[in-house]
Amino acid sequence: MAKDKLVIIGNGMAPGRMLEHLFEKAPDAYDVTIFNAEPRVNYDRIMLSPVLAGEKSYEEIVIHGDGWYAEHGVMLYKGHKIVEIDRTAKTVRSEHGEVAPYDKLVIATGSMPFVIPVPGHNLPGVLTYRDLDDVNAMLLAARDGGDAVVIGGGLLGLEAAAGLMNQGMKVTVVHLMPTLMERQLDTAAGYLLQRELESRGMTVLTKANTKEIVGPDKVRALRLEDGTEIKADLVIMAVGIRPNGILAKEAGLDVNRGIVVDAHMRTSDPDILSVGECAEVSGICYGLVAPLYQMANVAADTLAGDASRPFKDSSTATRLKVTGVNLYSAGDFAEGEDREEIVLRDATAGVYKRLVLKDNKVIGAVLYGETADGPWFFDLIKNGEDIAEKRETLIFGQAYQGGSPLDPMAAVAALPDEAEICGCNGVCKSKIVSTITSKGLTSLDDVRAHTKASASCGSCTGLVEQLMALTLGDSYNPAAVQPMCTCTDLGHDDVRRLIIAKELKTIPQVMQELEWKTSCGCAKCRPALNYYLVCDWPSEYADDYQSRFINERVHANIQKDGTYSVVPRMWGGVTSAAELRAIADVVDKYAIPTVKVTGGQRIDMLGVKKEDLPAVWGDLGRAGFVSGHAYAKGLRTVKTCVGTDWCRFGTQDSTGLGIRIEKFMWGSWTPAKVKMAVSGCPRNCAEATCKDVGVICVDSGFEIHFAGAAGLDIKGTEVLGLVKTEDEALEHIVAVVQMYREQARYLERIYKWAKRVGYDEIRRQIMEDDERRKAYFDRFVFSQKFAQVDPWSERASGKDKHEFKPMATLSLEAAE
Amino acid sequence: MNAMTGSWLRVGDINDIPRRGARCVKHGDMTIAVFRTHDDRVYALEDKCPHRNGPLSQGIVHDGCVTCPLHNWVISLETGRATGADEGATTTYPVRLDGTTILLSLKPAKVD
Ligand code: SRM
Ligand SMILES: Cc1cc2nc3c(=O)[nH]c(=O)nc-3n(C[C@H](O)[C@H](O)[C@H](O)COP(=O)(O)OP(=O)(O)OC[C@H]3O[C@@H](n4cnc5c(N)ncnc54)[C@H](O)[C@@H]3O)c2cc1C
Ligand code: SF4
Ligand code: FES
Repeated sequence: MAKDKLVIIGNGMAPGRMLEHLFEKAPDAYDVTIFNAEPRVNYDRIMLSPVLAGEKSYEEIVIHGDGWYAEHGVMLYKGHKIVEIDRTAKTVRSEHGEVAPYDKLVIATGSMPFVIPVPGHNLPGVLTYRDLDDVNAMLLAARDGGDAVVIGGGLLGLEAAAGLMNQGMKVTVVHLMPTLMERQLDTAAGYLLQRELESRGMTVLTKANTKEIVGPDKVRALRLEDGTEIKADLVIMAVGIRPNGILAKEAGLDVNRGIVVDAHMRTSDPDILSVGECAEVSGICYGLVAPLYQMANVAADTLAGDASRPFKDSSTATRLKVTGVNLYSAGDFAEGEDREEIVLRDATAGVYKRLVLKDNKVIGAVLYGETADGPWFFDLIKNGEDIAEKRETLIFGQAYQGGSPLDPMAAVAALPDEAEICGCNGVCKSKIVSTITSKGLTSLDDVRAHTKASASCGSCTGLVEQLMALTLGDSYNPAAVQPMCTCTDLGHDDVRRLIIAKELKTIPQVMQELEWKTSCGCAKCRPALNYYLVCDWPSEYADDYQSRFINERVHANIQKDGTYSVVPRMWGGVTSAAELRAIADVVDKYAIPTVKVTGGQRIDMLGVKKEDLPAVWGDLGRAGFVSGHAYAKGLRTVKTCVGTDWCRFGTQDSTGLGIRIEKFMWGSWTPAKVKMAVSGCPRNCAEATCKDVGVICVDSGFEIHFAGAAGLDIKGTEVLGLVKTEDEALEHIVAVVQMYREQARYLERIYKWAKRVGYDEIRRQIMEDDERRKAYFDRFVFSQKFAQVDPWSERASGKDKHEFKPMATLSLEAAE
Repeated sequence: MNAMTGSWLRVGDINDIPRRGARCVKHGDMTIAVFRTHDDRVYALEDKCPHRNGPLSQGIVHDGCVTCPLHNWVISLETGRATGADEGATTTYPVRLDGTTILLSLKPAKVD
């Protein structure tokens, strides 16, 4: 029998969750087709603000990747907006003319940002805040700095404002009401919030009514009713949302503010359901995910023919996702005749807490500055518990209940089983605890994967970790010696020591002697072992390419579409007309789509087809280029400035030294990547003080720095010491890198290793112990004999051919 | 040249593939990755990770599994399924050895 056809309009968070439940409950009931106006998969809209603030990437907030749709046989039309529902024919039609028949239809069109129709509202530079395109447009606008004005001081407006400020813009928030976030906060908390944001450099104007956006060609300024004019290069309107019921209305369904549905998410047409922000149930439209997820579950039930769990209104809690600001609000906190309140303020600590009570029950809570008790209060609100007995200590939070103060762990222990830990995904304590026990979970990531707790906005991560500690007891100890991977109980340091002590010289030998628990290791331990062996036995060990990550195996960086990028060395960042011409020719010849100057003073060619790599390298090699190892846990770049060659401040030949170091050290493998720089004077134009190793040239010689970072972490370098000559500089630099090569754990950058070993210890060995320094230097020089071979020219002349060619190409007829 | 043996196609010799490695077989727009484990078993999977279509042929092969090069999902060569907490599966194809000759069938193995 053919399956019923389920068509969904909109691919936001609500229908995504609905499908997850449907596939669990009735996996084979429907053929599912989704039309989404946004040209992408389902992502976590809540997390757009961290993306805007630069704290997360789009990839990290995808909920269902393409594979998920493929796996469930879902046909997803990206970038297809539905323009008509024909209820008689039971079909929908997209703007591109695609027509799809349905047996059941779900409308999940979300909502649209409200735009105040003041003059100038459609000038270039006026944006709303709803989807990834908006975020990308804001990030683009923020690149040039400038002034941004955000209209609306609610949750979205403030998150946008904080994000833009993070991106370096000067930000003013214009808010109509007297205090910020008046829907979630009372005036006291609104004031504290405003003060905090202002102290960070944001300008906040309350009781401010926008009259006009000033052009004429693009946004130039914003004019308020009282005549004030605020300079603006970018205006964000975040003044509210409107449920998107247009399609439903045109199809003749009942639509008020939103699309009217019953407690089972059915619209006025029994074959059409609606979920999400566009739906209106019992007269209410919702704008937070918790109730939308409940709608999603109910709709999945309905589609599976189960009517046992109708939608129930429940209060929701909100947090503001601005890093460093803690606020939490839940329930109803308006003042009233029949209500009492309990307030706690701690001015020095910037804490404000207020509970609203009615008939001895908590009905609302606003917390500012300290929000750990939020979920506990929220629980009291939801359960309607009588609090007469704990009234005296209630405001101090859960830890104070039952006499003496408890530690935070005890507080978590005392939470009832049904206490909600993750508000976004509605995960309660018992679910987390029982999943940890039944599935034997040991890491936060596991818990996220299996329960979804802390997997959306992440604000409950601390609680989840406490629960893990509670459940796993001593065995959950994030600081314990980490085994390399699940194939062994030994940590990296032990393995390194044993490789030398027992003279282990091949991967199988290591695994045998150190009693590996798997037959041939895994993708974590094999690359590490391969590096340790390359480093410790340079002349004897035969590199095991099958244990290298693809980039190091084929000497290029894999891209998200399976093509590769090619970055040749440009010694010290210096190039020539001939080199540039050769690059231009290669780009033309192989139709390479993108050529980019990297952050490491050289040129990246991106989007090269794998089959073309050897030929590309062959051509580059003829022009004198060698591999830049942009893919390697090895020496990457040595950035330089122009130094005494040209600069009026230069004290030494920084360019020359940089080139010398790069030519001396290229090709060496290291535990993690190594980046260096040489600046000609303390103005430091080569940014040497955030590198793994850096040199600042001064009149009296060369100041050597190490252990800096500017990637996932930012850390200024430590000074290793001052030396007089270039030769000495080279020797010291090489020695410290060799020390790192011999001691660090695989994937550990220099700054982490140095912190672990101690800066003083490193200084002592490299600066004071001449003999030891010399020995490190010599060992490096020895290993370079085997490492300094250009991998590109080897492959251009045929090595590892199998990596670049298919084994067979089948003719299409063969398949018949 | 690909000789046909019933519905089995000859696609190469086992020694064309490095141990704990893979090679690709192209078929129209589709690519099938043929894997060889450390103990000389062979498997064939569509060269597409169930996560975000990463080329599995480029991954590290270990213990009957391959780790995808893009985001480290671990896919079972036997079933094509993601292991651990990840969920998803890629199509597997029947493949067998006739001596050292690798024979592949283009009828996807049943996925349940
Ligand atoms: C191309 C480039 C960006 C650009 O267009 O400018 C780049 C591109 C990538 N970087 Fe980078 N990084 C580039 C400069 C940097 C810099 C700046 C610098 O080197 O001065 C940094 C910060 C400095 C630092 O490392 O401390 C940087 C910090 C990172 C990190 C974070 C490393 C960390 O330990 O904190 C990663 C992730 C990692 O390595 O795990 C990363 C990873 C990557 C990867 C390899 C992502 C990946 O795994 O595929 C990107 C490869 C793209 C490709 O295929 O070409 N990239 N990356 C730059 C290449 C420089 C070069 O010529 O070799
Ligand atoms: C920046 C930001 C921060 C937020 N923070 C929080 C928070 O901290 N906590 C919280 O609970 N909630 C938060 N929210 C709200 C939450 O994201 C939304 O409530 C939720 O995403 C709504 O889900 P939905 O599925 O109803 O609609 P949406 O996710 O809006 O999805 C609707 C989709 O339908 C598509 N569509 C519309 N019309 C058509 C058509 N005719 N044809 C085809 N497709 C169509 C749209 O392109 C869109 O992709 C935030 C929202 C934003 C924008
Ligand atoms: S190039 Fe670097 S910064 Fe840019 S996306 Fe890739 S890893 Fe991130
Ligand atoms: S594509 Fe394979 S892990 Fe992401």
